[in-house]
Amino acid sequence: MRKALMLAGLMSGISLFSVGSANAVEIEYWQYIYETRVNAMDQLIEKFEEANPDITVKQVTFPYADYQTRIVAANMAGKGPDVMQLFYGWLDKFVAGNLLQPLSEDAFPQDKIESEFFPIVTAMKRDGEYYGLPTAVRSLALFYNKKLFEENGLDPDSPPQTLDDMVAAAKAIAKHDDAGNITVEGMTLDMAGQDHQWWREVLVRQYGGVPYTDDYRKVTYDSPEGTEALQFYTDLQLKEKVGQAGFMDEAQAAFKGGRAGMTIDGTFRLGSFGQIEDFEWGVTELPANADGMRSNYSSYFANGIGAKVKGEELEASEKFLAYLTSPEAMEVWLDVVGELPARREVALTEKNVSNPIYGPFLKGLDYAHTTLFVDESAQRQVAIDMANRVLLNGQSPADSIKEAAAQEQKIIDEAM
Amino acid sequence: MPVQSETGAATSRPHDGPHERPEGGGFSDRFSMHTKRLIWVWTFLALPVLFYSVIRFYPTLDAFRLSLTDWNLMKPPKFIGLENYRKMFADPAFWQVFKNTFAYLIFGTPISLVLSFTIAFFLDRVRFGHGFIRALYFLPFLTTAAAMAWVWRWFYQPAPIGVINDLLAQFGLQQQPFLRSTTQALPSIMVTAIWAGLGFQVIIFMAGLRAIPTTFYEAARIDGLGEWAILRRITLPLLKPTTVFLVVLSSIGFLRIFDQVYNMTTNDPGGPLGSTKPLVLMIYQSAFSSYQMGYAAAQTVVLFLILLVISLLQLWILRDKK
Repeated sequence: MRKALMLAGLMSGISLFSVGSANAVEIEYWQYIYETRVNAMDQLIEKFEEANPDITVKQVTFPYADYQTRIVAANMAGKGPDVMQLFYGWLDKFVAGNLLQPLSEDAFPQDKIESEFFPIVTAMKRDGEYYGLPTAVRSLALFYNKKLFEENGLDPDSPPQTLDDMVAAAKAIAKHDDAGNITVEGMTLDMAGQDHQWWREVLVRQYGGVPYTDDYRKVTYDSPEGTEALQFYTDLQLKEKVGQAGFMDEAQAAFKGGRAGMTIDGTFRLGSFGQIEDFEWGVTELPANADGMRSNYSSYFANGIGAKVKGEELEASEKFLAYLTSPEAMEVWLDVVGELPARREVALTEKNVSNPIYGPFLKGLDYAHTTLFVDESAQRQVAIDMANRVLLNGQSPADSIKEAAAQEQKIIDEAM
Repeated sequence: MPVQSETGAATSRPHDGPHERPEGGGFSDRFSMHTKRLIWVWTFLALPVLFYSVIRFYPTLDAFRLSLTDWNLMKPPKFIGLENYRKMFADPAFWQVFKNTFAYLIFGTPISLVLSFTIAFFLDRVRFGHGFIRALYFLPFLTTAAAMAWVWRWFYQPAPIGVINDLLAQFGLQQQPFLRSTTQALPSIMVTAIWAGLGFQVIIFMAGLRAIPTTFYEAARIDGLGEWAILRRITLPLLKPTTVFLVVLSSIGFLRIFDQVYNMTTNDPGGPLGSTKPLVLMIYQSAFSSYQMGYAAAQTVVLFLILLVISLLQLWILRDKK
């Protein structure tokens, strides 16, 4: 009897031990530090581990400024993450650098991806293979200050729907002191913020131009239409005097401080603007042109699997990635971070579309474009300089755009 | 006797053989005192030497090698000869940065030295609250450059929030764009850099002033020399070692300016239109935002050569003519 008991005990011990050693997989998930994102991920990891007791996920975070360098450096040292978050615009670099592996067709069938997600996920596709999937996507919208609207005789419940309306409203709101210095902006101007996206993917198209060829390898905004778009943008400061680049340092600061009637910003700003207590604000779709044509820019951070992950880690990573891009995870992400779900069915629910805040962003996704950057910060710098040459040096928009197109083309060519 | 052999070894017998030590045996007996001492010295020195070569010289030399490659951190570096240098010298952005860097140097160094000398010269004579005033000047030097830069950035803002522009407006003067102007931005940043380094230079100058024996001054006064003559004939010449030290240090500081520029123009780093961008910021951007490590290494080599030439030149110009 005692022998039998001992044997049983031993057996169970062995079996427990063997279960433990064979199936306990630990994988690492990397993302950058942003409070709500880290919180959301903590919640998701907890739920995932509950459903998969044999997998442990360790979240590793770095400051945003270091994040990309860390991934690249870790990869060189052969110690990269199993699953990582990456901006869609880094994909070419990461694929060329052999940092990511393509998603297996078995775990992530392409036809399902393409039918269930918003079309912008194709920005993660290279040579017929997907290298990652997003949990959430971002788009742009026009934020407006209801208090300033009311004070200036504008209806806070019917924000501007066209560019002309927007300029008119901005003119009504803008205030200047005796010396002509702006004290309240009608509309913010900030190329370093989201305006460069607005200009490229929205204004250029609304003026009848195209910013790039379809594969984003050739700059095509150096055209009369592009020039008109730049003219419109710089006129906001030079002619209409409704805004001023650099006012209160940043567009979002001016809006947050209650000194800007309207600003264009992304979904990711919802958390920060949510802290505003001095006034009520609203969100509306980016203004259409006179013909009613709208456009938008959308982007996202995707999740991909490290190139060197194999065997059971790979299996666990695939499971985790599948969970991160599941409808359940997207709802958690929307609640905690405020970013829009990347799957149509989760995003376009009646509840979300009629939501006064999420609604305009979601509608924007339908007609959004996703710029394929080769070096996002360098390409943004080109746009900043393009506007500055007109605003500060008085260069003509046509000349400035020509210079910008040449510079950006060089950046793209060199990266290819 | 041991003393004798020791001094002898040190002066005239560098190759003391073991045959002169009939006792023979272990380590301690096999070598002469001189050799033993040398072994000990080198054992102790090995650590810093090793540390210095691995941490300091190896990366420096490696930068030269990397500057000849197209390394982007992701693929193994490929040798491309002088391509990076050719690209750099053909790039107008590089020459703009080159010009900016020298603007920081050429205006920053003399202004900061004249200013700090003047302050030190008069502060030296202040008796009342001397320590307190000196501490006030030194305080900025202890503050983080990033924090200072952000405060100054706020000072330079346009009217509703910018302190300087608010003041100008109160006196009915025109607002100035400061950091938003291609002509004012660089001087605006330079002012903060000068201000930040002032405390250190004042302290060093004061130490130099105090080191001049008072008898020199007494003698000069007895001879009836005026204040100006004393300054020109005694104070300045005797301060030369201090001045040389500060000129070299301050030039290196201005040639490597980064924190102020980066933090004051984060929205448009080195802008507007590259008008404030120094070489170090360009290196940083090439390396950590575009990942062109080879190109960044080439820029680093250029910076290194500039620093080397400028330092040697200054040491040569300001050398003691005996």
